[in-house]
Amino acid sequence: MLNLELFIPELTLAATAIVVILLDLIIPRKGWLVVVSLAGVVVAAGFTIAMWGGSSQAIFNNMLAVDNFALFFKLLFLAIAALVILASTDYVSKFARFQGEYYALVLLSALGMMLMAATTELISIYIALELTSISLYVLVGFLKDPKSTEASLKYLLLGAIASAVLLFGMALVFGFTGKTQLGEIAQAIQALSLTGVLASPGLILGIVLMIAGFGFKIAAIPFHMWVPDVYEGAPTPITAYLSVASKAAGFAIILRVFYSAFGLPQWLSLDWGMLFAVLAAIGMTLGNVIAIPQTNIKRMLGYSSIAQAGYLMVGLATVGIASATDIVGRSSLLFFLASYALTNLGAFIAIIAISNKLDSDLIKDYSGMGKRAPLLALALTLCLISLIGMPPAAGFMAKFYIFSGAVQHGLLWLVIIAVINSVISAYYYLRVVKVMWLGEPASGEKVPSSGALRFALSISCLGVLLLGIIPGFVMKLAEVAAKMFVF
Amino acid sequence: MPYQLVWLIFLLPFFSFIIVSLFFRPFLNHKPKLGGYITIASLTASLGLSIWALMEVMAAPGHSLPVPDINWVIIEGGITIHLGLIVDSLTVVMLIVVSLVSLMVQIYSQGYMKGDPGYHRYFAFMSLFTGSMLALVLADNLLFLYVFWEMVGLCSYLLIGFWFHRPAAANAAKKAFIVTRLGDFGFLAAILLLYYNTGTFDIAELHSLAIAGALAGTTLTWVAIGIFAGAVGKSAQFPLHTWLPDAMEGPTPVSALIHAATMVAAGVFLVARCYPLFSHSVEALTTVAVIGGFTAIFAATMGLVMTDIKRVLAYSTISQLGYMMLGLGAGGIAIGIFHLFNHAFFKALLFLGAGSVNHATGTFDIREMGGLRKFMPWTYATFVIASLSIAGIWPLAGFWSKDEILAASLQSQPILFYLAMLTVFMTAFYMFRVVFLTFGGEYRGGGSEAHGKPHESPSVMVMPMVVLAILAVVSGFWNVTGGFGQFMGHGETHSFAQGFFGILAHPLPWMSLITAGLGILFAYAIYSAKWLSAERVGSMFKPLYTLFYRKYWFDELYEDVFVGKVLVGGFFAGLQGFDTYGVDGAVNGVANATMAGGRAIRRAHTGQLQLYGLFIGIGILAIILCLYFFG
Repeated sequence: MLNLELFIPELTLAATAIVVILLDLIIPRKGWLVVVSLAGVVVAAGFTIAMWGGSSQAIFNNMLAVDNFALFFKLLFLAIAALVILASTDYVSKFARFQGEYYALVLLSALGMMLMAATTELISIYIALELTSISLYVLVGFLKDPKSTEASLKYLLLGAIASAVLLFGMALVFGFTGKTQLGEIAQAIQALSLTGVLASPGLILGIVLMIAGFGFKIAAIPFHMWVPDVYEGAPTPITAYLSVASKAAGFAIILRVFYSAFGLPQWLSLDWGMLFAVLAAIGMTLGNVIAIPQTNIKRMLGYSSIAQAGYLMVGLATVGIASATDIVGRSSLLFFLASYALTNLGAFIAIIAISNKLDSDLIKDYSGMGKRAPLLALALTLCLISLIGMPPAAGFMAKFYIFSGAVQHGLLWLVIIAVINSVISAYYYLRVVKVMWLGEPASGEKVPSSGALRFALSISCLGVLLLGIIPGFVMKLAEVAAKMFVF
Repeated sequence: MPYQLVWLIFLLPFFSFIIVSLFFRPFLNHKPKLGGYITIASLTASLGLSIWALMEVMAAPGHSLPVPDINWVIIEGGITIHLGLIVDSLTVVMLIVVSLVSLMVQIYSQGYMKGDPGYHRYFAFMSLFTGSMLALVLADNLLFLYVFWEMVGLCSYLLIGFWFHRPAAANAAKKAFIVTRLGDFGFLAAILLLYYNTGTFDIAELHSLAIAGALAGTTLTWVAIGIFAGAVGKSAQFPLHTWLPDAMEGPTPVSALIHAATMVAAGVFLVARCYPLFSHSVEALTTVAVIGGFTAIFAATMGLVMTDIKRVLAYSTISQLGYMMLGLGAGGIAIGIFHLFNHAFFKALLFLGAGSVNHATGTFDIREMGGLRKFMPWTYATFVIASLSIAGIWPLAGFWSKDEILAASLQSQPILFYLAMLTVFMTAFYMFRVVFLTFGGEYRGGGSEAHGKPHESPSVMVMPMVVLAILAVVSGFWNVTGGFGQFMGHGETHSFAQGFFGILAHPLPWMSLITAGLGILFAYAIYSAKWLSAERVGSMFKPLYTLFYRKYWFDELYEDVFVGKVLVGGFFAGLQGFDTYGVDGAVNGVANATMAGGRAIRRAHTGQLQLYGLFIGIGILAIILCLYFFG
């Protein structure tokens, strides 16, 4: 069936992207590009909200699902895109050319992510992933200075390897089951009535390769190597975008694929659950420990995002281990993603403003920011506290939710590792706080920031506080989204 | 009045924090006094409500009030987190201690912090600090308690590092934060373990589970030890005691609050709050008593030789906290908390006295003071009262609680009793060493910042000291009749006169009185009458003196050996090498060096990228091998 009305948010976004490119050719005042892009995002979000809460539907011959799970992610991506666009205005207005392309690419990659959250079929998963990735490769290299270009090239080449690995995995799964539709794959696997891992090496190999392909997206160890280089080289708004949206999209697709296609039989789901548990433990430990000696704040946040991916994978492990009807693993993962998105965006937006003035990303240059830019420093402090997982910020609630779910399902060992990691992470996050508030400012100059950026920053920080203090509303949304799954 | 008002006890200081930091500091910075006034007003109201709560709890059956709670977070299929309050005898005693001491400290601070550019910031943090502590005391579930536990830690970090432009203050703040977090980790692990085994965070439910025996055996022991680890960090017990002496880098009123009523008291309170979990595990209770008893004497030895008045007081706090833990471990809630109650008043007073002395002389070094008796009669009188109280002289407050701890330890572990007795001697000695050196003899000129002759502090500082001095005398009378013990749930009462004089009919109080008297006499002999030369005594015990003065080399052990060599030298350097030369070459590292000026596309071909790709392959291979062998 072709229920095009369910596809309106995506169509809106695609249309906006085209309009933005065309407008860029005509109008001299580039400020309008931001307005048009934002308007498109808001309209798309409006359509998405209107669909919320209904029963699950499928469009394009069951290639795309329109369920609350997908809608939750679509809203998340639209919100992230809006904040990134707002935060980019200062940065992009310095470009002599291609401002329209910048915004259009952000919109197109958001479109790709929205599709990623909705796809229920292997081929369209791959296409959505590529749409996202290719836009992002270009955006990473947008500055065209050596660092940015190098980052873009590394991202492109490694991304291509990951895509190849993913395709190989999909091919194996297809070869084994003869299906590309996730729900049908699940039925085919159950019909095979396998007994254990070693009984089905082909299928397992396919699954492992898919984990590797998706693991690249979410920066899971050992597929994380691109993260620090790309984060450091990319334009900072794009780093922010990559660190939250791309990761969230990766988790959306993993949740859907593994829960829908490989959720049964029980031994299979236990198997990948444990696999994610081990990857989580290694990821967060390595990420946190290597973050400690970093001197560049973007690089530090790169390793921090590898560690955060580790915490998120605790949720994936819970999903694998819990029974299919138990939603706590999924809902806590969604809540964590929302909280992480707001937190990391807030941190990066503050960094955009500060680094713009300093022309440096070195942590030692942040010295005395508490005096030069008290509000920016306060916002960054709040976000770092949230990343540590300290109350009253959102990060605490998110960690609490995801860890309590894991403890309920017998992953006590993993949670203890995660808690030790949180303690370790406090060291490098608080070092930035200390430098900002207790260091001597290098000069008395204030740090200017545009209204759009301040607005984006306030929204993020407000969100961080709200999710930390009254998490009930978003938790409810996450629960509804976690329940409504289409196979 | 409705019981909902209890919420205001901790919310009022939070409100004052918000008002001061969000409105006064940005907009009314030219009127610094406002911040102090609003803080004092909110704490006065909190104190009033605390006293009302005390009255209500005393009258209530079972000594507890039902306060309506709210559901904070409801996780479907998971758990519900209540925000609820426990208002029982333990809570209200702590409420009185915290709000009263904090109020006195804030009043005093108006004089002490006068003219400081961070005046508003100071009062904002102080409000938050007090509010967090009050909330910690009221919390009815461990998670809620943990939140405020961390906030107390954060506030103490901010306040210890208040004069952050001084490197010593910034380092002390960091040390306090990191060292206490080591203990917090144990506490958090214990909370997780409890939740894993019981599925609840509710303190009352956990109590009943422990009492019913559903929570028992090694699990209970580990949980109790984990909770105690948190208390060890917060209450600066051995081996996490190193942060507290350094914490005196903060403004002196902050030290008074930290040492008397908030930060360090939280650890003792936590053990008392979770007491049923401890009392059903012999091992845990013994650990508490042994660590407490050992810390008491261990810290006292270092207090003997310090020359900085606040450092002496800091070691005395650690030692007294050790007493409280010993009281909890050997006796019970009533005994440990009673000492906390009394200690709060005389220790706050001692710190305020030290601050007052510093105000006059510009130094904390007792070797540069002397003769202040003549210049500062009020400070002198109140300081002596507090010293007599902490030394445990009848009938001052310290005597009553110390005597109970000694009696309890004699009954449970005689060896701990002897250690505690030795500590009594040392306490009396080091306190009167300070008294004689600071207030006796002739004035030795003060520190480099001293201005002319020392003078008595303004009345806004003296008045709180007088109030605390009165409390340092009378607060112990509560249990002369056995009333405190009964309020806490055990013991019987008798008439005041019988308790007041009857206690002197027993041998034990005489032993401790004579020991304390000897300590004072010894201090008098060396530092006032000069019968013995301090140098001679010092050189006679040279090795011991060095051992104490260098604090058993614990700072060196932790900072140089552990952090310096093992962590930074070994672990992190290894990782740094891994980071620089291993998989993760920096963008401008190897590539830049070899291909300077080369094009980006060529840079990407220095081998780095292939290595990254290779790692993806190796990763996949590793996962498959793991699945093959373990799957």
